[in-house]
Amino acid sequence: MHTGEITIDNITKIEGSAGLKVTIENAQVKDLKFIIQDYRRFYTDAVKGKPVVAVPAFLSRICGTCSVAHLFASLKAIEQSQGIELTVQAKKLRRLAYDGLMIRDHALHLYFFVLPDVLGLDSIWDIPDEADNLGHVLLHDSYDIKRVGTEITNVVIGAAIHAPVPTVGGFLRNPDPGKFADLITKLEAIRPQVLRGIKTFFEWPESLIRNTDYMYLRNDQQFDFLEGDILNSNGRRTSQNEFLSFMEKIIVPYSQSEGYKLSDTHKDYLVGALPRINFNKDLLNPRTASDAAQYLGVFPSHNIHHNNLAQAIELLQCVDDALDILRTIQIDPQEKPVRKPPQAGTGVGVVEAPRGILYHRATVDEKGMLVDYDVIVPTSQNQIAIENDLKQYFNENLANKNEDELRLGAEKIVRAYDPCMSCSTNFLKIDWIFK
Amino acid sequence: MIFPGIAKHIYQMIINFVQKIYALCSIINIMEEKKKLVVGWFSFTCCEDSTILLTELLNDHLDEWKKLVEFRYIRPLKTKNSIEGLDVAFIEGAVSSEKQAEEVKKIRENAKYVVAIGSCACTGMPSASRNSFTEDMISERISWYMNNFDYGKKVQKLDEVIKVDDYVAGCPMGVQAFMDALNKYLKLFGIV
Repeated sequence: MHTGEITIDNITKIEGSAGLKVTIENAQVKDLKFIIQDYRRFYTDAVKGKPVVAVPAFLSRICGTCSVAHLFASLKAIEQSQGIELTVQAKKLRRLAYDGLMIRDHALHLYFFVLPDVLGLDSIWDIPDEADNLGHVLLHDSYDIKRVGTEITNVVIGAAIHAPVPTVGGFLRNPDPGKFADLITKLEAIRPQVLRGIKTFFEWPESLIRNTDYMYLRNDQQFDFLEGDILNSNGRRTSQNEFLSFMEKIIVPYSQSEGYKLSDTHKDYLVGALPRINFNKDLLNPRTASDAAQYLGVFPSHNIHHNNLAQAIELLQCVDDALDILRTIQIDPQEKPVRKPPQAGTGVGVVEAPRGILYHRATVDEKGMLVDYDVIVPTSQNQIAIENDLKQYFNENLANKNEDELRLGAEKIVRAYDPCMSCSTNFLKIDWIFK
Repeated sequence: MIFPGIAKHIYQMIINFVQKIYALCSIINIMEEKKKLVVGWFSFTCCEDSTILLTELLNDHLDEWKKLVEFRYIRPLKTKNSIEGLDVAFIEGAVSSEKQAEEVKKIRENAKYVVAIGSCACTGMPSASRNSFTEDMISERISWYMNNFDYGKKVQKLDEVIKVDDYVAGCPMGVQAFMDALNKYLKLFGIV
């Protein structure tokens, strides 16, 4: 196409609603808008004035798929504001539950959203029913994998979505260790299936290379989604409390979500599984590192489609980490949540959500009531990178692809980021910079 | 040697014959294919937790539902979607704007039955939290969004906008209540 407009009203096979509008002039992109369309619910305002113990469960409603990430980030922020330190058991159980979230969430994205692209099909409904068809095998693998992820969260935190058991200071009830043996058996059973998925995404030749700036969490002791410092790919490292110093906010007038750039380079950056594996692959569980060794050589990678491969490897990491915890943890059934009298303070909770760094900040008064709240989600941070990737993709392919091929290629790029629009439209920011 | 005109005629006869056989096969296929419940799955303002729960239910039911249910519209899982001729529309989420209200009305016109899915569709909450914001809570930033995008004055639950035939409450939806609703319509349309 030399001149004209390509519009995708609703990008499919993602969470939430986003569109794309591309204006083309003389075979070059003149303008491109990636538009996050979900309406805001202003939840960070709705929680003001509420007792802090009620806040995390409410904010888990920001997102259906990564509700556990919001729940845990919120708990961390409030616990820090109240000077509450978790017990070793509670930390391990949160880590175990988070493995369950990652297994279920990554499998949903990889197998239900992306796998049809790999197979050249429209959807999982088009995958053949023949038992020996690779697509059929992978789809049925995904049922087993997702089920185990959900079962881990059911056992540890009571549910996979809007889990009722985690609370400020720990857990309202401790898990039944009698259920661990069954989880161990099922986790061992899905390992070969997960490895089959890694091979599939490794062999998918899709490629788009552009961005080289990243941000990620790193705990030097172990591969971690919940603890560690914030690092960017320019070598800067800071504590979770200083997260905001890494970024500048950009208003995107046509989108219901703001965007972000790195504060030092003023460039867009990427958060998610790709930087986590690019920069933390040395910390992977030894069993994961061994069995995925032949695929880890491609990292560090700047191919956005390798975010899918990185998620597939993280899936194995979470299986192996969950196995280690389940085999070694000793549950004290008498353990209760750590509580303290309310105090005024501000706390920050940063976690790696399935799709990248998630930031919660809570300010609490001396009566334990919430005064102010702030959330920054990964999809907002990736928004400008998505736009810039799409611009490059269209400029490189306008001459040799028809409109349908261009639309599909653009959707594949957006899907590679595993974006979540529900997340990206439920908070407010200050100090905006107009684009 | 055959004259070119005759060769062309024989070629055309073969093509016509093949096309007729193909058409006959298609008719037989259609006759043999059992009717399915034609459903649409739609999300408006919410966290889409019931959609995620539905993808969990697919772990155990996709193979079975492939024979009984045609998901004609389910944007999180398909690229090619249509809202035409739905037997049942399952709608999660609250209605935040006039544009969304027009969309749900269009779905209502195209569906014989509508089922509200999850708390936000059934009650408006928690997506309708802003309805109870006091004047002093409407900050400059909230006003900016309200003025720059087409937000409605109030967030509405689904039955404030269209007629709703069934409700599957819960945050996320109750699994058994959803299965009961689906089975009800499978029976109503003579699928099972």
